[in-house]
Amino acid sequence: MPDDTPATHAPATHDLGGSSHFRCTPIDPDDSPPDAFGRRVDAVRQLLAQKKMMTVDELRRGIESIPEEEYHALGYYERWLRAITKLMIEKGVITAEELR
Amino acid sequence: MTAAIAPGTRVRVKADWPEERGPCHIRTPHYVRGRTGTVERVLGAFPNPEDLAFGRPAPRRMLYQVLFDQQPLWNEGNPRDTVLIEIYEHWLEPVSEGRH
Amino acid sequence: MAAPPRPESVALLEKLVAALSAKGILTEEEIAARQAITDRASPETGARMVAKAWTDPEYRALLLSNGTAAAEAMGVTMAGAPPLGVLEDTPTRHHLVVCTLCSCYPRAVLGYPPHWYKSAAYRARAVRDPRGVLAEWGTHLPDNVEIRVVDSTADYRWMVLPMRPAGTEGWSEERLASIVTRDCLVGVALPKVA
Repeated sequence: MPDDTPATHAPATHDLGGSSHFRCTPIDPDDSPPDAFGRRVDAVRQLLAQKKMMTVDELRRGIESIPEEEYHALGYYERWLRAITKLMIEKGVITAEELR
Repeated sequence: MTAAIAPGTRVRVKADWPEERGPCHIRTPHYVRGRTGTVERVLGAFPNPEDLAFGRPAPRRMLYQVLFDQQPLWNEGNPRDTVLIEIYEHWLEPVSEGRH
Repeated sequence: MAAPPRPESVALLEKLVAALSAKGILTEEEIAARQAITDRASPETGARMVAKAWTDPEYRALLLSNGTAAAEAMGVTMAGAPPLGVLEDTPTRHHLVVCTLCSCYPRAVLGYPPHWYKSAAYRARAVRDPRGVLAEWGTHLPDNVEIRVVDSTADYRWMVLPMRPAGTEGWSEERLASIVTRDCLVGVALPKVA
């Protein structure tokens, strides 16, 4: 008996394995490390995790909840920043007003 | 936590699509759901990311590396090529006699 | 190329840091210290581990059975880092590491992931067209070699132990490490003797 085929289900935006949308997209050979913005976001993320204010899976959930168009339009660390900010507001650590 | 599934055991990944039921965070890629593979390694027990993502108490779950043939997943590619994926025990079910 | 962050993102980051600092949650000094520690991690560590495994059978066995302990034996602090697994290439099997769901990467021993590793195209294609992906790096493997793609979906991080190339007999560990690039440790390239 053949296995069930997942063809009838649309994968979530971040669940990119095998995505036909990118099958003809060459891989950008850019192998530069993150810029100053990315490294700073990364350091903030690590500190918040160390201080038990956020788990990596909470960060991932935040990233995964970004709507598809924005997910692909935002830079990698911009997605992280978006997710961290949303989480800190969700947890009541900071308020949206403080970020205006 | 159930007893470890021995390496070499054939297992089927549940054909479940929790993302269609509401907000969730899962680490089982879409392209192996409903597919049959072979347990390659037992990696140990880790807090369930599906709970961690929502800041809930996260019971530990056994984590396995499961090997799949690549060609049946996509109906293309080299028949020798494989994919090795980390999958939690609660996503795996036994393969019944005669299913494969 | 990775696009620079938009100005509103840069501004948001500064507001976030200011708000967190004002509440005593973190300081600029902590951010700078964290960044300095992170900046120090580099693929040279992974390369040294591979070179040692090529010359020391005991270390090779440790590397393959417990990557975390093998990293610690090289002086890497693994406390707080995800466990490390190392997968051994053979004449009939080649490993290629990807994370299709996000960008899991063995940062403790390889440093920051490169831009391409995080790109949608790499994440989408590596599990479906690994030979096409490898070709973009100029890496061509015979059809009778299994390409085993490792989708790094959960709690481990994975590094490849490539095969030691011919023509390196008698080389020192240091010289061996010099041909093990980051790309070799992810599996998109093979170590080459110049």
